[in-house]
Amino acid sequence: MSNTMKTVAIVGAVAAAMTAQVTTAQAAAKEKCYGISLAGANDCAAGPGTTCAGTSTVDYQGNAWTLVDAGTCTEIELPAMADGTPRQGSLEELDRDLPA
Amino acid sequence: MIVTQTRFRGALLDPTQAVPEGLLDGADQPAGRRFAVYRNNVVVSLTEALQVAFPLVYKLLGAQTFARLAGIYVRAHPPSSPLMMHYGAALPGFLETFEPLAHLGYLADCARLDLALRAAYHAADAPALAPERLQCAPEALVGMSLALHPATRIVRSRWPLYDIWRLNNEADAPKPRAVAQDVLITRPEFDPSPHLLPEGGALWLESLASGQTFGAAHDTALAAVPDFDLAQALTLALQTSALTDDKTKDD
Repeated sequence: MSNTMKTVAIVGAVAAAMTAQVTTAQAAAKEKCYGISLAGANDCAAGPGTTCAGTSTVDYQGNAWTLVDAGTCTEIELPAMADGTPRQGSLEELDRDLPA
Repeated sequence: MIVTQTRFRGALLDPTQAVPEGLLDGADQPAGRRFAVYRNNVVVSLTEALQVAFPLVYKLLGAQTFARLAGIYVRAHPPSSPLMMHYGAALPGFLETFEPLAHLGYLADCARLDLALRAAYHAADAPALAPERLQCAPEALVGMSLALHPATRIVRSRWPLYDIWRLNNEADAPKPRAVAQDVLITRPEFDPSPHLLPEGGALWLESLASGQTFGAAHDTALAAVPDFDLAQALTLALQTSALTDDKTKDD
């Protein structure tokens, strides 16, 4: 293949790949959502010797997170707390529902 | 009598050695049985660490076989670093020469995949390459240098490694095909995930990583795989955030 032909092939491939990006962009964005995990079900893929995966000990623990679709975190329906205060997921760590 | 650390450590990992003499408990009584408890806990906790670290290997072998393998491995390769998140780096090589499991030829590559997923998780953050960066004059494009994202890993295999991973991680996954599969691991958000690389894709990415320009890496891949599909490989690389911006080369 001549250099010109190679360049044409590369430019064509880049154009095709760019088109594919537009159709799938942002389709799968996720965000960390605090305060929504059931006990022991928080996400983590850190491996041994770390203390994050499945270590939340109370339901909806405020400093444990789960990955959710971006934009849905604060919309997730959660039961109210024992004293009637409503619960909401948060993109920041919360100080509610911490293990004693 | 003083117990040396060497003697203590040796007996800890070798159940055929006698309990070191001279160990005392809080009441100055011989503490032989306590040593046995400790000896057991070391191996059990390292076995559990391996189990968490190698989910695919664990799933393929089952609890019993995995525990037997781990019992031998942890004694042959005790941790060399206190960072347990990196423990098990020698397992793929160990499996390649481990006679009792030699009939599972793909097992070592499965361990490599587990390791790569974990390494990707702990890799540094970096911005993904913005696709717009490739919108430039053809000459600039051909001469452009691109770097792999720090979390990107490539595991080459002569086994259907991606299909094996899928079968063990996804419901209703098809049976592995009898083909060699190279796997790309990326971490676009917070968790790493494996992707099937098209033929020649691994070589193309490795060429980019070694500093070849966009044009040269394409040539390298084409030379090895005549029908290498750049559009397909590039689409995958962009969609999975496998690349990062190497600003030092062209600014």
